[in-house]
Amino acid sequence: MACVWLAAYQLNQPWWDLVVYEWLDLDAGSRLGSGVHFFLYDSVKILLLLTGIIFVITIGRSYLSLERTRALLGGRREGVANLAAAGLGVATPFCSCSAVPAFIGFVAAGVPLGVTLSFLIASPLINEVAVVLLYGMFGARIAVLYVISGLLIATISGYILGRISPARWVEDFVYQTTLRGTPVVPGQQLTWPDRVTMGREEVVTILRKVWPYLLAGIGLGAVIHGWAPADFFTRAAGPENPFGPLVAVAIGAPLYSNAAGILPLVEVLYAKGMAIGTVLAFMMSVVALSLPELILLRRVLKPPLLAAFVGVVATSIVVTGYLFNAIL
Amino acid sequence: MIVKILGPGCTNCHTLERLTRDALTELNLTAEVTSVTDYPTIVGYGVMSTPALVVNDHVVLAGHIPTTDQLRDLLINAAV
Repeated sequence: MACVWLAAYQLNQPWWDLVVYEWLDLDAGSRLGSGVHFFLYDSVKILLLLTGIIFVITIGRSYLSLERTRALLGGRREGVANLAAAGLGVATPFCSCSAVPAFIGFVAAGVPLGVTLSFLIASPLINEVAVVLLYGMFGARIAVLYVISGLLIATISGYILGRISPARWVEDFVYQTTLRGTPVVPGQQLTWPDRVTMGREEVVTILRKVWPYLLAGIGLGAVIHGWAPADFFTRAAGPENPFGPLVAVAIGAPLYSNAAGILPLVEVLYAKGMAIGTVLAFMMSVVALSLPELILLRRVLKPPLLAAFVGVVATSIVVTGYLFNAIL
Repeated sequence: MIVKILGPGCTNCHTLERLTRDALTELNLTAEVTSVTDYPTIVGYGVMSTPALVVNDHVVLAGHIPTTDQLRDLLINAAV
């Protein structure tokens, strides 16, 4: 299976060279020819990347669970534990509905609140689909930047929130709830074929969800490839604009979309000259601060802490945006 | 047999409930299926990752949607 995947990935470019330039007889130098080639080549490349990477990630993740993560984080002191929590937040699979039970479970196990929040911030912020798409659309450097900055934001935000004595703003029932019984560790009873099946199902689920966004995004990219008048955004939100990241986060935070939905827009903004830090800040504010997530968290956090959560995360994202604009 | 689906009501929880009802019908098992959505009760079962499946007050599955075969095995084992 791995060989078929590799062969398909290697043959992608020569195959579309043949089809577009030879069979359809389009000119490689023309806008139409290069646009059509870009669309076909890029769609197949990203679909292959998503399939391969999600499959591998799902199998890897099936060895990790919230229960194991909690055991790893329990009783740790803040600081390094925030970073560990952010890393585990990316790696541990859980549906966003589990955010509240996870929160209660972590607190009951003695994981500090700030560390728990680092975990909960990292999870939506760094999304595997987004990493694959960023790699496919912008290259390895930006994908790596996205992961590192996401980890930093989750670590620092959680650490700061841990410093403001947040316990008084947590709903009382969290502390009154006791975990009884032995928690079932999901994954313990899984066999290797089970894990492979899970990987396959996850690929199907995600591809079914994201393909329209994906094709729309690559289509827009193909158009921009040939026809972009690249000056409006360079002026409005290029590296010279001192308010870029601030405005990007102010616009991004109230929007709600998943990473796959926002990337087409991100690709357009970047292609039109928006600075990279500003683009990443926009994308992160859209995925990290979503209303559904905040409504879920409201069940366990009182308004002052929820407001602090939004404030600290938004500020970290803005700062990261400026940092990347400055160093790149 | 008393079957409970734990989860606040997201897509995964609904999927698990549907699959469970289908599997019960297929296996000819009679069971009372309810869904539990309030957090203190969910966490009270020791469950941190939803959706979870509770049969006769024992947590038999948590954190993911099982395959049809897996679900059938769980229900058969719990029934005896």
